[in-house]
Amino acid sequence: MTFLLFAEQMLNGLQFGIMLFLMAAGLTLVFGVMGLINLAHGSLYMIGAFAAAAVAGLTGSFVLALVASLAAAAAAGALIEMTVIRRLYRRDHLDQVLATFALILILSEGTRWVFGSFPLYLDVPTYLAGPVTLPGGIQYPLYRLFIILAGLVVAGGLFALIARTRIGIQIRAGEADREMIAALGVDISRLYTLVFALGAALAGLAGALVGAIQSVQVGMGEPVLILAFVVIVIGGIGSIKGALVGALLVGMTDTMGGVLLPRLFALVMEPAAATTVGASLGSMLIYILMAVVLILRPSGLYGKA
Amino acid sequence: MTREAYINAGLTFLLVLVPFWAWSTGQAYILTLCTKVAILALAGVGLNIALGLGGLVSFGHAAFFGIGGYAMGILASHAQVFDPIAEWPVLINGTKSMPVIWIVAMVSAALAALVIGALSLRTSGVYFIMITLAFAQMLYYFTIGWPAYGGEDGLSIYLRNSFPGLNTLVPVHFLILSYVVLGLALLFSARLARSAFGLALTAARQNADRVETVGIAPYRLRLVAFVISGAITGLAGALFADLNRFISPTMFSWHTSGEIMIFVILGGVGRLYGPVAGAALFILLEHLLGGVSEYWQIFLGALLLGVVLFARGGLIGTLAGREVAHD
Repeated sequence: MTFLLFAEQMLNGLQFGIMLFLMAAGLTLVFGVMGLINLAHGSLYMIGAFAAAAVAGLTGSFVLALVASLAAAAAAGALIEMTVIRRLYRRDHLDQVLATFALILILSEGTRWVFGSFPLYLDVPTYLAGPVTLPGGIQYPLYRLFIILAGLVVAGGLFALIARTRIGIQIRAGEADREMIAALGVDISRLYTLVFALGAALAGLAGALVGAIQSVQVGMGEPVLILAFVVIVIGGIGSIKGALVGALLVGMTDTMGGVLLPRLFALVMEPAAATTVGASLGSMLIYILMAVVLILRPSGLYGKA
Repeated sequence: MTREAYINAGLTFLLVLVPFWAWSTGQAYILTLCTKVAILALAGVGLNIALGLGGLVSFGHAAFFGIGGYAMGILASHAQVFDPIAEWPVLINGTKSMPVIWIVAMVSAALAALVIGALSLRTSGVYFIMITLAFAQMLYYFTIGWPAYGGEDGLSIYLRNSFPGLNTLVPVHFLILSYVVLGLALLFSARLARSAFGLALTAARQNADRVETVGIAPYRLRLVAFVISGAITGLAGALFADLNRFISPTMFSWHTSGEIMIFVILGGVGRLYGPVAGAALFILLEHLLGGVSEYWQIFLGALLLGVVLFARGGLIGTLAGREVAHD
């Protein structure tokens, strides 16, 4: 294996990890602040991608498409929070899992009803298309590099928002003691809607960014949702820092495992068998990672015990 | 008799009446639907032991359902081409005999549940939900990447497996077989709930600390419940594979876990007949709404949402009232 291929796969892993972070951040915030498991988070990712593809198809502008994904996902998130999710905060996790599972059915079939079963395509804009040469002679697609940078900027913005702004203080206070901040005059239900819409917007942005690499179709959010859950469980549910570490860990493990394992098995097996065994073990790897983390630390890397 | 007992009797009556009517009017399709209800209800009966009695929210019961299915698929596929599964250290041949397949399915699902349960039960709450999901996903991706038994495309079995004294290819015979298995599972589940073990398990769900104080370890109770639960769901998987004469990684998918959970919730968590009512309602809706609109899952979603938000206790809970404590 050459250094160039290795470096390229590292960047792919980083890009995947950053995307997972955008998904996982919303999930972990919603769980940390409101104590809610939201399976419908993947549907918000899908809504963002569809909104972006539709707007890009109408206007031809990629920037407008990204704005549309943020707006549509945030609006859908706020609407869902006010109509359904709000009633679930005091319920047990079983009810939350089922109600949000029901939301997935409604949102997926609703999207299929509006857009049809055929996938949509969102094109990478010309100014982000093509490869760039990085230091060390690595050829890498500019668009993927853009995703990494955009994700890092958003992640930085999110940390600043949580650590430095008034809203961030309220969110952290809401995590610690919801009765107390309500008593101090913070409108708790407005705060919850805001947090939910913020998480939804991040998921929608991730959907739009990934939508330009993959096809935009119904059900696209589900594999990502499960990975995002793996991420927050590894990181410790409720911890943004844990989500970042977990996302990078999962992104890297999944990408590098898929590339390295077949080569590793090829040393001791026939090539054909090595490819199948390596690939199937590669896709199991993150779940094995999650199981190991949970067995060693039952509440995740940064979770509160 | 309590109101719930009347409802259960009514349900049993309906579940026997419908196939009898379908059989006498020669509607094989309805018979197949009834068989499907019985098998899916059986999967739900399995989950209900973990979920209803033990309070263990397993989001990964598709793992056991799939293992049961693949146990059937592996045994039957080797038997139909007369190719032994293993020649060393001992010769293992495939089989087309249902009782043997069932035992293999239950034992493998129980062993998987023992491993998954032993690891997962160290966590609780959301972490338990997610780790059970992760184990099911692990097996899902494993079967996709495992080419020997069809990989992603799945595997067809040409002929339904045989049961001594019955012709399982006749729909009504296979229906009766499924009904009997479901009936035995319900009987077992009812006795289990009343046994000392069942009472201790229920107590551990309601207050684990108190159970520990009287000298019972909740971990072991829960693990045993999880294993029993997995074995029953595994049996349902083997039957389901036989109904369709087809296995595929979809049996392991998280949608399957979600659906098994829906049967239990729609009918009523912790109610003996909950999974039966839930599976019957689910198949009925699929059948009725599927004819009305291609997008029937929207209505299913809306109904499920309605049940969770407004009709807690599911179908049986709503009809029978809260006679059973539903902590």
